[in-house]
Amino acid sequence: MSNLTEIRWHGRGGQGAKTAALLLADVAFSTGMYVQGFPEYGPERMGAPITAYNRISGEKIRVHSNIYEPNYVVVVDESLLESVPVSKGLKKDGAIIINTAKTPEEIKNNYPDYDCRIYTIDAKEISESTLGKYFPNTPMLAAVVKVSKLMDEDRFLDEMKHSFEHKFAAKPNVIEGNMNALIMTLRRLDDDK
Amino acid sequence: MSIRERLSGNEAIAFAMKQINPDVVAAFPITPSTEIPQYFSQYVADGQVDTEFVPVESEHSAISACVGSQAAGARTMTATSSCGLALMHEILYVAASNRLPITIAAINRALSGPININADHSDTMGSRDSGWIQIYSENNQEAYDNFIQALKIAEHKDVQLPAMVCQDGFITSHAVENIELIEDAKVKEFVGEYNPECYLLNEKQPMSIGPYDTPSYYLEHKRQQAEGMKNAKRVALEVAKEFEKISGRKYGLFEAYKLEDAEAAIVIINSTAGTAKDAVDKLRNEGKKVGLLKIRLFRPFPAEEIAKALKHVKVLAAMDKTESFSSQGGPLGAEIKAALYHEKESPTVINYIYGLGGRDVRVEDIGSVYEDLYKILATGITGETYRYLSVRDQEGK
Repeated sequence: MSNLTEIRWHGRGGQGAKTAALLLADVAFSTGMYVQGFPEYGPERMGAPITAYNRISGEKIRVHSNIYEPNYVVVVDESLLESVPVSKGLKKDGAIIINTAKTPEEIKNNYPDYDCRIYTIDAKEISESTLGKYFPNTPMLAAVVKVSKLMDEDRFLDEMKHSFEHKFAAKPNVIEGNMNALIMTLRRLDDDK
Repeated sequence: MSIRERLSGNEAIAFAMKQINPDVVAAFPITPSTEIPQYFSQYVADGQVDTEFVPVESEHSAISACVGSQAAGARTMTATSSCGLALMHEILYVAASNRLPITIAAINRALSGPININADHSDTMGSRDSGWIQIYSENNQEAYDNFIQALKIAEHKDVQLPAMVCQDGFITSHAVENIELIEDAKVKEFVGEYNPECYLLNEKQPMSIGPYDTPSYYLEHKRQQAEGMKNAKRVALEVAKEFEKISGRKYGLFEAYKLEDAEAAIVIINSTAGTAKDAVDKLRNEGKKVGLLKIRLFRPFPAEEIAKALKHVKVLAAMDKTESFSSQGGPLGAEIKAALYHEKESPTVINYIYGLGGRDVRVEDIGSVYEDLYKILATGITGETYRYLSVRDQEGK
């Protein structure tokens, strides 16, 4: 199962980490892959730390456990870095993607034990400039697609446009903002290379 | 052509219900099955089904409404979990003894207490002697397929018993995964119209349902009920054959995975079977002869067939995701041991309790079970036959 990609999302209840995991499953499904998208359920409250997971593979997925050694970790809320061992089990050739205004170097200085590639994206700034509101999950979704190279970027954007058109049929003005958030994120991470 | 989709286990059940378009759905919400009546009531509101949806004030009322409507001659369904199923307990027996083929989508969740919303099998295992057919499902695909088949098994004239189709709460009910759906028209044709022989609203054949049964008849009625359950085994295989024609997917009484030449094997129910298959493949790659048997029908329990499939195994682990406080294991362990009792040669059986209250079960956990079994094989020392898997001891808490 070498082509299996495992992703763990860390967020806070209400931020849309679960939705982002389900969106990623959706878009990976649309490009022909086998997917799993599932949150870890407990007594969930707004603001409490939550975890969600993705498995994405070219082959049928049978395992039904949580993910302990992910290829990628997505941190939707920067404040979790202090309180949750987000990098636990993360594969050495994997990557952590953090929603923060800081640079990867700054993060590395603060968390020298992160033994993997570090990517940062200011989802707050991107979201506020494209959507006028703070919805971090759209930029974080684009960031994980970029970093993981799970799918072709154009194909990703096509599928997301299709998905937004369906999801926001009643409020089409939101579609452009969301698409811009995705595109801006992909470009920012291009510049980082 | 089947329809390639991605749905959670709950969405898959709601979708099957939509395709079946039953006459009545009566339900009360409870985590983690809530989404089923939620999605289904949307189908009702949107006019995609012409089902009478009865939102009741408790699960006792939900199943009572189901009994009433099914007795009247209407195809009836509901969904529930955990304490909801427990609150239905009294009426489950009434439904079964009145031979009413109601279908429940049971989304497995631990029973209180301590209160817990996650998966184990304490809820449906508590209903195992109520006279309902029980079919268990590894993933969203099996939940969907089993739900469509359950109806047809339940309504068969030689069976006429209610059925519950079980899957693990959250683990599969809330996980979005790939699924192959069957076209509407094929599902509709497969389930057909519900035409009961006897029903309350048939003015040409007045009848009463559920009257007092005296000691002079009660025993015979129970015997007939047991006969219906016995027949369910044959009917389940007939229905599976028909289902294969519309889906291309094969179902049996249980699934045997790499079992033919296995010397160590486990018997397991629902979602962890998938995790265990990965463990089996890993060990097979190391040259170990391991296999597994996944329960599909738990009621009726296909004892003879299971014994035949397992008798050559040397050491066996029966995996119970519930306690029964017998102090010697859980309900699956008891059934497996009873099934093997009449075999001349049969495996040593260890009964594990695991995964209670949603405790996550990893490939490595199942791997450790096989390791334990190999230790028994190597040393010949069985040790404790009633064990807890991956439980922390007092020091380790």
